[in-house]
Amino acid sequence: MADGPVAEVLLQRLEAADGGLDSAELAAELGVEHQTVVGAVKSLQALGEIIEAELRSTKRWELTAEGEEIAREGSHEARVFRSVPPEGLPQSELMRLPSGKVGFSKAMSNKWIRVDKSAADGPRVFRVVDSVEDEVQRRLQLVQGGRAEKLGEKERSELRKRKLLTEVTLKTYWVSKGSAFSTSISKQETELSPEMISSGSWRDRPFKPYNFSAHGVLPDSGHLHPLLKVRTQFRQIFLEMGFTEMPTDNYIESSFWNFDALFQPQQHPARDQHDTFFLRDPAQAQQLPMDYVHRVKRTHSQGGYGSQGYKYNWKLDEARKNLLRTHTTSASARALYRLAQKKPFTAAKYFSIDRVFRNETLDATHLAEFHQIEGVVADHGLTLGHLMGVLREFFTKLGITQLRFKPTYNPYTEPSMEVFSYHQGLKKWVEVGNSGIFRPEMLLPMGLPENVSVIAWGLSLERPTMIKYGINNIRELVGHKVNLQMVYDSPLCRLDAEQGPPSTQEAA
Amino acid sequence: MPPPLFHIERDKLTKNLMNYVLNLAWNLMKLYDLLCLEGLVRGLQVFKERIKAPMYKRVMPNGEIQKLIITEETAKIRPYAVAAVLRNIKFTKDRYDSFIELQEKLHQNICRKRALVAIGTHDLDALSGPFTYTAKKPSDIKFKPLNKTKEYTACELMNIYKTDNHLKHYLHIIENKPLYPVIYDSNGVVLSMPPVINGNHSKITVNTRNIFIECTGTDFTKAKIVLDIIVTTFSEYCENQFTVEAAEVVFPNGKLHTFPELAYRKEMVRADLINKKVGIRETPENLAKLLTRMCLKSEVIGDGNQIEIEIPPTRADIIHACDIIEDAAIAYGYNNIQMTLPKTYTIANQFPLNKLTELLRHDMAAAGFTEALTFALCSQEDIADKLGLHISATKAVLISNPKTAEFQVARTTLLPGLLKTIAANRKMPLPLKLFEISDIVIQDSSRDVGARNYRHLCAVYYNKNPGFEIIHGLLDRIMQLLDVPPGEKKGGYVIRASEGPAFFPGRCAEIFARGQSIGKLGVLHPDVITKFELTMPCSCVEINIEPFL
Repeated sequence: MADGPVAEVLLQRLEAADGGLDSAELAAELGVEHQTVVGAVKSLQALGEIIEAELRSTKRWELTAEGEEIAREGSHEARVFRSVPPEGLPQSELMRLPSGKVGFSKAMSNKWIRVDKSAADGPRVFRVVDSVEDEVQRRLQLVQGGRAEKLGEKERSELRKRKLLTEVTLKTYWVSKGSAFSTSISKQETELSPEMISSGSWRDRPFKPYNFSAHGVLPDSGHLHPLLKVRTQFRQIFLEMGFTEMPTDNYIESSFWNFDALFQPQQHPARDQHDTFFLRDPAQAQQLPMDYVHRVKRTHSQGGYGSQGYKYNWKLDEARKNLLRTHTTSASARALYRLAQKKPFTAAKYFSIDRVFRNETLDATHLAEFHQIEGVVADHGLTLGHLMGVLREFFTKLGITQLRFKPTYNPYTEPSMEVFSYHQGLKKWVEVGNSGIFRPEMLLPMGLPENVSVIAWGLSLERPTMIKYGINNIRELVGHKVNLQMVYDSPLCRLDAEQGPPSTQEAA
Repeated sequence: MPPPLFHIERDKLTKNLMNYVLNLAWNLMKLYDLLCLEGLVRGLQVFKERIKAPMYKRVMPNGEIQKLIITEETAKIRPYAVAAVLRNIKFTKDRYDSFIELQEKLHQNICRKRALVAIGTHDLDALSGPFTYTAKKPSDIKFKPLNKTKEYTACELMNIYKTDNHLKHYLHIIENKPLYPVIYDSNGVVLSMPPVINGNHSKITVNTRNIFIECTGTDFTKAKIVLDIIVTTFSEYCENQFTVEAAEVVFPNGKLHTFPELAYRKEMVRADLINKKVGIRETPENLAKLLTRMCLKSEVIGDGNQIEIEIPPTRADIIHACDIIEDAAIAYGYNNIQMTLPKTYTIANQFPLNKLTELLRHDMAAAGFTEALTFALCSQEDIADKLGLHISATKAVLISNPKTAEFQVARTTLLPGLLKTIAANRKMPLPLKLFEISDIVIQDSSRDVGARNYRHLCAVYYNKNPGFEIIHGLLDRIMQLLDVPPGEKKGGYVIRASEGPAFFPGRCAEIFARGQSIGKLGVLHPDVITKFELTMPCSCVEINIEPFL
């Protein structure tokens, strides 16, 4: 259509016009539908700066279908008047005429006609005056001629009440020359076609410019979940550092591996119903490595391996209680126990990233389940300095270079240290992980050699992800209430790349 | 390793302390010292070498020793009791408040909300020993409890305290027992009905000069530790500073014990062991000095490499040489330790199941499906009722203590999570194509814990048309990726008409690969769609990917 005759005419008229022209007027002049002119305007607009079009809305009076009829044939009352011959007409006959009913009463009130009720063959209608002025028809014809403004407000509203006139809003364009105005647009090609390539005609043809400020069409594609993209990166980091992945595909764990094996006493508050999900069915672990269990029992209740122990009555039933693991350290304990059974001892570096479960109070940053990242190194003669050195390398790969260490208390590591990093955005030190050296009371009953130390650290996967993607409510990230748009829009996860300002959640 | 958000008990009690003190203290102190200002200030002063760590002494009274006799009735409910006396103490308002607060903090923490240990402190001058710790029928116990003006029986008290916001948490410890623990003096005055309430008669005030302290409990070790903490912390305010008057406890078997134990014990740690474990090179003398500043009086002995450390009764947390090594490291300053990389040489391996999962999820996204991450815990309704199954047919593990229905079971299928994800994203443009590769849990008596995970892959297609061919095509693509050819031949895969309550009749097939059933695909039953608050047709596939390892 852009190259159609209307657009061409529009441009020619515009060239000659002084200032601009109105789309409705042009339509009237050309005798085409207004919509056709609007189409031409829009297609010319799409070409760039050839024309400028300003949308205007004007109110206009138009005749209704009945109004049109009256403008053509006269008002009902005038038609009634004209149908009454000088010798009169029976009223019953008059009433049968198309305008009869409406016209009769109006003609009566205008005192154009009268009724003689005493006539022999029933009431008879006679003219009162010789001729009449059909004011209604005249006014409607004025409106039809586009001169509605000649009528008074009162006259217009009376005609509107009689449903002869209606007011319509007309959207028209005021079209003027654009900065790249030209009358010769019809020859521009939109796209390169195979025919043009084969014929070589593309060499002689002008092409319509592209609008580079428009958005492209996004490809149909699937998307990976942001949290799991971060998980992939953490796996990658561990693998780069030579850490082997531990099996963690067992959400259900016995209290023994989750707590007792870690030298966490049976009255520890973490073992409370308030903190841990216990199982009703299967409620108990049936198989435990009993030799090892006895060594663990002795260490808790009496001490040994250089320890005083906790000196309490350790109960096997408590250790058998099944639960949803509260940390993946239970999997690390199993891995270290397996390692201890291999003779001679070989050094090992392990990692895992998987779900853990806490029966805790939920809020914007805590869910009942989250992912724990854990790293473990077992070797002869490992020191606290080694732990800090490994942590420095690990966090450097995350793009975190400023680290500080603070003492803390963990039931199964000694020494224990919390890891803090300086957060540029928050301008303060924030906790990024927890670490320590596993207690001898945990390692020696497993059968690991005495001079083997095991250093370990842990952090949650959710926290760095929320910081990275600027998410404040964990439910937008994890679980079924996830915001899929956020998943669609999330960028690559490059932990060591310099981060832009975290995107806000407004996209939601 | 617990991630940072793990609740440790220390979190709760540090909130009230000033930030400045906290920071300093956090770097230096151990759990029990942090419980009150007295312990904290003393610890800091010792660390700054302004004062020496005090030596706590148990002394015998000039007159007769206070006695607490335990009767055998206590055996079944709360068998242990220990006691001591703080003589000629001088309280001020602040000291008195700190004394009460310390007891409360101990009750909340080491005493495990009074379940393991309950503390009673009494004005000794209002009482007359010897004392009897026994257990009686609730109806036979009658006394005027703390801050009440008249006497009540134990039964009445349990009723009254049901609405007491503080005490109601402790009632369950004895509520359903036939006998309640109670302590009397020689005139039959009730000192306390542990672990619930003390008697009003022996109530202590700012003006109290002589305090009788009893700790009853189910954990003897903890009771002794708690008593030691209280008396060491407040003996500072006694006329003879840092002395505690002994009390005797007679056990039902007739054995006599004297408390508080205030045991000092000696540990020997080699200096090179400390250096080796921390990764520093300090002289034995320096290490001994560092430990002394941590309230662990230490000296170099023997061959010049041995350090003898005296563990004071305030440091019940030191149970192994590693605890001493940590104190040396803390005093040295963690941030002063040279970071080094261990020379541990290892070859990394991926866990095969996770490796396969990683590969598959990338290709699922390449196939146009978007990854969801849904909860492993859900309601019984999600995995059973809504899918037209009875819970017993799911072989799901059941959680005994869920706080809400959302955590009743571990999921046995990934489908409900994906359907809920769609329901929460109904405003998104159609079609919605989602997948998840994650674990489900099924009871399995052959496993040590009686349950095991399976790695499942589930995908759903949600649109105005069911799109079975799209889900079927996805299955074909997955099989292509896993290098499993179509067909009945061994090693191939086929789908066969099947049925299931979750599927629209005639629109369900079972998937067989490498000779075993690995899952189902089909168009979901309209009832299932409705129960998950969805409105459009939906097809899905769910398979176990472990046979392809």
